[in-house]
Amino acid sequence: MLFRRFSLLVYALLILIPLLVVVLTSMKTLRETFSNPLGLPADGINIDNYVAIFQEQTMAGYFMNSVIVTLFSVTFTLLFAAMIAFGITRLSSWLGNIMFTLFILGMMVPAQVIMVPLYSLMLDLNLTNSLVGLILVNVSTTLPIAVFILTGFMKTLPKELFEASTIDGAGNWQMFTKVAIPLSLPSLSATAIFLFVMHWNDLLYPLLFITDNAYKTLPLALLEFQGQYSTNYPMLFTGVIIASAPMVVAYVFLQRFFVAGMTAGAVKG
Amino acid sequence: MKTSKTIFLFFVPGLVLYSIFFLYPTVSALFYSFTDWDGFSDAFAFIGFDNFERAFTGDSIFRKTIGNNLKFMLVVVVFQTIVALAFAMILIKNSKTTVFLRALYFFPTILSSVSVAFIWAFVYDPSLGILNQLLEGIGLGFIAQNWLGNANIAIYSLAITQVWFHAGQMLIVFVAGLQAIPQEMYEVAKIEGASKWQTFRSVTWPLLAPSATIVVAYTTIQSFKAFDLVFAMTGGGPNNSTEIIATYIYDIAFRNYQFGYASAISVIFMIIIAIITFLQFKALRSDRISY
Repeated sequence: MLFRRFSLLVYALLILIPLLVVVLTSMKTLRETFSNPLGLPADGINIDNYVAIFQEQTMAGYFMNSVIVTLFSVTFTLLFAAMIAFGITRLSSWLGNIMFTLFILGMMVPAQVIMVPLYSLMLDLNLTNSLVGLILVNVSTTLPIAVFILTGFMKTLPKELFEASTIDGAGNWQMFTKVAIPLSLPSLSATAIFLFVMHWNDLLYPLLFITDNAYKTLPLALLEFQGQYSTNYPMLFTGVIIASAPMVVAYVFLQRFFVAGMTAGAVKG
Repeated sequence: MKTSKTIFLFFVPGLVLYSIFFLYPTVSALFYSFTDWDGFSDAFAFIGFDNFERAFTGDSIFRKTIGNNLKFMLVVVVFQTIVALAFAMILIKNSKTTVFLRALYFFPTILSSVSVAFIWAFVYDPSLGILNQLLEGIGLGFIAQNWLGNANIAIYSLAITQVWFHAGQMLIVFVAGLQAIPQEMYEVAKIEGASKWQTFRSVTWPLLAPSATIVVAYTTIQSFKAFDLVFAMTGGGPNNSTEIIATYIYDIAFRNYQFGYASAISVIFMIIIAIITFLQFKALRSDRISY
């Protein structure tokens, strides 16, 4: 019993200590970080780094880019994947299986495999250094996993409900919006969170397609800080906190949905 | 059931995007893997299997990256599975404390890989880092070193970071698996006088097999595809000791401009992932347990 409690405490400290150091370091000067790396900041709660990062960098711009890319990517992935999942359940079983397999194959192809041809395609289409380009790629590449999760759920919806709405004269679109969507809300919200975490944190596609500061998202901007500030941990960690803040706030309030969503993604991905 | 033709319209937006930005690049990767294309010029030649031959016989770095991938994968799979399972078994019951601790352990999963990379670069920092200071503090200063700068251990340092990042997520999968085991099975074992270890071996483990398969398979694929952490923490160094397939593809393509060769390596990469995925599905099917 004692051993169990001790292990739980050690694991909790393993998570908490690095995070605590990040918060404390973001309130220190560079000099102080070197003289007293793990101590409390001498000036107490000090937000100079936060002020500086917003003045020096186009931090607000990066933040907005991340918000725009994530919002549109999640919305369209969810909408298109729900339509496809609904379509699959309405098709005859062999045709449905073909469509399902076509999308699921995408889950087997790692992003690094398509990155080379995708890069030259984006150049040809003039979609590099463009938020729209990033959104289009995000939607296309996360469709497979979203289709997979949503199809699994929609297949469990009772057929009678759809038959009843057909008798009432509902077309496919009405059946989708009035029956399938409302009934699928739990799995839609889990998928939405899963996509939210993925798109907000994505590094690879911005790294490939974005070179212009005006279109950088937070993870890419952070990576650039690293080059710029080298081992200036106070500045790096201030960036880390700003980039993580929305996710952390959402996690605190919607914890159960995060866990459900990320687990669905893991189990089915 | 008669399907109206309008149902096909539901596939159109997704299928169009998926075809342009996913299927087409995938097929192109196959195509370019047989060429010497540099990624920019209009001209390129078909060179058959030369790229593949080069990967397996003429490229010592590529062989090294495969070894690095395997080391990284092995450490992550073993540690992540053990940590996740051990703590899932402690935290199986739902109480305020267990729910809180599960949420805390899960927390790193929601951070971006770049953030995690910075946090752990600081943990491992030779002079400022938490790890070395802690070791010195408890009298183990002789172990302290440059965790990411030492070519012999950098890949394992990265693997530990990956476990910190994702073990909590796998813990949740195990908790779900454990909670699905009917309590009667444990009561029967108790009545029959089974020891704790016997109960684990003949009740928990076989009934947990589906979740264990999911965790091992997911962790295997995830660690094989790892890119961000390595890219942000070591960039493949020192001396290629942390170069893995994914970062190597990036280097060949975008630093050396050998798109044809990079495509060939990504095709090999895809085949490896496909084999692992296939084995995963096979294992899942044979492990299917009915309660």
